[in-house]
Amino acid sequence: MALLMLMQSRGCVWTCLTVIRRNLSSSSALLAPPKPNSKLTFFLCQRFHDVEQMISWSSWLKSWTLRRKNVYYSYTQSEYGDNIAAAFYILSMKGGFRFAGQSDWFRTNYRGKFSWDFVNFPDVPIEEVDMSRTLINYSGLNNLVSQQGLRSLSLRGCPEVDDWFLSRLHIYQDTLEKLDLSHCPRITIGGLASLHHLRKLRRLELSSLPQLQSPGLVRILLEEVLPHCNISGVDYREGLTETNTHIDKQTDSEITQLTEEHTHTQGPHRQTLTQ
Amino acid sequence: MTSWRLVARAYSAINSGIRFPHAYCTSVALSGHRSFSTGTAVRKDFFKDVESHIKEFQEKASAAMPGSGWHPMHLTPGLPPERTDILIVGGGVVGWSIAYWLKKKEMIRDGVRVLVVEKDPTYSQASTVLSAGGIRQQFSLPENIHLSLASADFMRNINDHLSVLNDDPIDLQFNHSGYLFLASEKGAEIMEENYKTQRYAGAKVTLLSPTQLKDKFPWLNTDEVVLASYGLENEGWFDPWTLLNAFRRKAMSMGVFQCFGEVTGFKYKTHSIMTLDGDLVDLKRIRYVNVRMPNSLEYQPVECAIVVNAAGASAGKVAKLAGIGAGPEHTIGAIPVPVEPRKRFIYVLHCPDGPGLDTPFMIDYSGVYFRREGLGGNYITGMSPEEEEEPETTDLEVDHEFFQEKIWPHLANRVPAFEKLKVTSAWAGYYDYNTFDQNGILGLHPLVNNMYFATGFSGHGLQQSPAAGRALAELILDGDFKTLDLSALGFQRIFSNQPTLERNIV
Ligand SMILES: Cc1cc2nc3c(=O)[nH]c(=O)nc-3n(C[C@H](O)[C@H](O)[C@H](O)COP(=O)(O)OP(=O)(O)OC[C@H]3O[C@@H](n4cnc5c(N)ncnc54)[C@H](O)[C@@H]3O)c2cc1C
Repeated sequence: MALLMLMQSRGCVWTCLTVIRRNLSSSSALLAPPKPNSKLTFFLCQRFHDVEQMISWSSWLKSWTLRRKNVYYSYTQSEYGDNIAAAFYILSMKGGFRFAGQSDWFRTNYRGKFSWDFVNFPDVPIEEVDMSRTLINYSGLNNLVSQQGLRSLSLRGCPEVDDWFLSRLHIYQDTLEKLDLSHCPRITIGGLASLHHLRKLRRLELSSLPQLQSPGLVRILLEEVLPHCNISGVDYREGLTETNTHIDKQTDSEITQLTEEHTHTQGPHRQTLTQ
Repeated sequence: MTSWRLVARAYSAINSGIRFPHAYCTSVALSGHRSFSTGTAVRKDFFKDVESHIKEFQEKASAAMPGSGWHPMHLTPGLPPERTDILIVGGGVVGWSIAYWLKKKEMIRDGVRVLVVEKDPTYSQASTVLSAGGIRQQFSLPENIHLSLASADFMRNINDHLSVLNDDPIDLQFNHSGYLFLASEKGAEIMEENYKTQRYAGAKVTLLSPTQLKDKFPWLNTDEVVLASYGLENEGWFDPWTLLNAFRRKAMSMGVFQCFGEVTGFKYKTHSIMTLDGDLVDLKRIRYVNVRMPNSLEYQPVECAIVVNAAGASAGKVAKLAGIGAGPEHTIGAIPVPVEPRKRFIYVLHCPDGPGLDTPFMIDYSGVYFRREGLGGNYITGMSPEEEEEPETTDLEVDHEFFQEKIWPHLANRVPAFEKLKVTSAWAGYYDYNTFDQNGILGLHPLVNNMYFATGFSGHGLQQSPAAGRALAELILDGDFKTLDLSALGFQRIFSNQPTLERNIV
C-alpha cells in the first residue's frame, strides 16, 4: 500500500516536472500540443495553492540542481590549480577531455565513475573537451575559462547550451579550431552571430538545431564571416521555401522573400497586444 | 435639476448591479454606491420602481433590437477598482517591470494591490515598442553600467523570472552582436576613461585600434577613427515587444490589475511648510487619481496610497497634473520634472551588399548609429538631431529629408557599401528625454511625498527596465535601494542643480 502511494506521489511529481520542463526548456516541446496530464496539472494548479506551490518548488529544485552542478569549483581551483579544477568539473559533469600533448582521453565510465589520475598533471592545460549530452550551462563555463589553449569543444546535444553560452565563447578566439553545436535545442541565430569572434575556427558542426530558422542562409552568412571554416551538418537549401532550386540558383527573389519575412516579424508594428 | 441628477445616479447605481463588466470592478463599483440602496423606506420604494422600469425598458429594447448591445445607461466596461495600494501610471516596459517586482517582493500573497493604468491598449505611441531594442554597457556612469549589467543578467535568466505556467518559454530573440563605438581624435581620451570605468564595473568591453578594427570588420572605413570600443558580452539587441509582453503576462498572473484609461488628474492634500531659507513650499500627498476611460468622458477616482509615475515621455505632463513645478518662482516648488518627449526617427534600409552576420550595433562619433535587422540585408539606422533642430513633437510623422541630409552622408562614409541602399520604411518614436542630464530619474519626489518616478531614461530605458523596476520596488517596499545603490539617480541632483551627465548619449 505504502509502496503504491509512493509510486503515485512520484508519478505526480513527475507530471509537475514535465510541465516545468515544457516551460523552462525551449525548443522541441514548444511545438507539441499540451499533454493531457499537463492540462490537468494546470487545472489543479489554478484550483489549489498546494499544487501551485509544489510545482514552483520542483521547478526551483531543478534550477537549483543545475546551478549546483555548474557551480564554480573555487575550492579545487585554489587547492589544485586551474587545470585540475577544470578537469574535475568536466568529469563530474560526465564529460571527457584530453590534456595537451597526450593522446588518451579521460572519461567517466557508464556509471559516472572516473579515475583520479588526472591530478598528476596539474601543469598540463586541456586541449580538447567533450561535453556532449551534459548539463553544462552558461555559469559552468566559468570552470573552463582558464583553459586558454582549448582547441576543440564538443557541445553536442547539450540542453542547457543557449545563445548566452555561445556569446561567451569569444574567450577562445585565438585557439578554438573545432566546435560541435549539433542537437543543441536552444541555439538560435542570435548566438551563432557571435561566433565571428572565433577567427581560428576550422570546423563547425551545426546539424539538427531545431530553433534555427533558415539554416541554409545562416550557413552562407557564417561562411562569409569565417572564411576558413568548414561548416557541416547544414545543407545550403535547408529552410528555403523552394526545395528543388539548385544551390547556385539561389536567386535574389528568395533572399528578398526572406528579407520581407524578417521585416514583417521584426518591424515595430508587428502586432497589437492580445488582451 | 437636482432631482434629475439623483435619478441619473440612481440609474447608474442600479445599472452597475445589473451588468457585470469585470468581476473585480463590479464589486467595487457597487460598494461605492451602496448608500443608495440603504435609504429610507420611501426612497427604497422609489428606487425599486425605477429598477423595475429599467428592467422593463431593457427587455423591450432587446426585443426590438435583438442583435444590438446598445443600452441607454451603458456602464463602461473595464473601470478601474476604486481603491488600490499602488497605482502605476503608464503600462510601458518600465511600468510593468515595476509591477512585476512589487509582486515578486511582496511578503504574503496579495500583500500589495497594484494597478497599472495605461491609456493606449495598442501601444501605438509608447517608446517601448518603437525603440531600437539595444542593450549595452558602454556608459560612463557606473550607475548606468550596473543597471544594464543587472538587466542583462535578468534577460539571461528570463525564463526563471517571467515564465508563466503552461505558456511557451520566452524567447527574447537576443542578438549577441555587441556595440561598437567609434571615437575620433577628440573623443579617444574620453573613450579610454570610459573603458576603464566599464571594465571596473565588470563589463566585458575591449578597445580596438584602427588596424585591429579593419581586420575585424573589413567592411568598415576606418579613416579618422582613432579608437574603437567593442562590447564582447551582454550587448546586442532584442525584441522589445517580447519583453513588454513577458513582464505584463507574468505580472498579471501574479495578481496585478490592469486598466485601460488615462490619468487626467490627481486629488491631493496640501500643507505648507517653511524651508530653512524662509521660502514657503507646498508639501502634497496624493489621495485620489482620476482615471478617464478611453473614448469617453467618464472617469473614476481611484484612491491609492502610492503613485508611480512611469509614463515615459509624458511623465513631465503627468507630474504637472500633480501640481509639480507650479510653485512660486525661485523656490524649489517651481522646479518641474525635466522630462519631455523628443521625436527620434528610425529608418529601415535595404542593402544586399551591406555588412553581414558580424555587424554590431555601431555608433559612429558623428552620432549616427545602425544595426542589422534580420538576415536579409536589412538594417535600421538613426541619429539624434542637434538641440536647435529638434523636430516638432505633435505627431509621429517621419522626416525623410533628415535621413538624406544628415544620416546618409555619415553612413556611406563609414560603410562604403551603404552608398547604394534603399530606405524601405521608417518610423518615429518619442524619447523620454530628460532635459536636465539625459539620465533616468528614479525615486520619490521630495514635494509630493507619495509619488515615485521611474522615467527620463532618454534612449536607454528599455535595456534598464528590469533593474530599474527592481530598484524602484525596493525603494517602495524596503524604503531603500538594496541590490544596487542608485541614489545618484534621485531628485537630489535636480534640486541641487548638479547634473550627472553621461559622456556619450545616443
Ligand atoms: C527611436 C527610439 C529608439 C530607442 N532605442 C533604444 C535602445 O536601443 N535601447 C534602449 O534601451 N532604449 C531605447 N529607447 C528608449 C526606450 O524605448 C525608452 O526609454 C523606454 O521604452 C521607456 O519605457 P517607458 O515604459 O518608461 O515608456 P513608454 O514605453 O513610452 O510607456 C509609457 C506608457 O505610459 C502611457 N501613458 C502616458 N501618459 C499616460 C497617462 N496620463 N495615463 C495613462 N497612461 C499614460 C503611454 O501610453 C505609454 O504606453 C529608444 C527610444 C526611441 C524613441
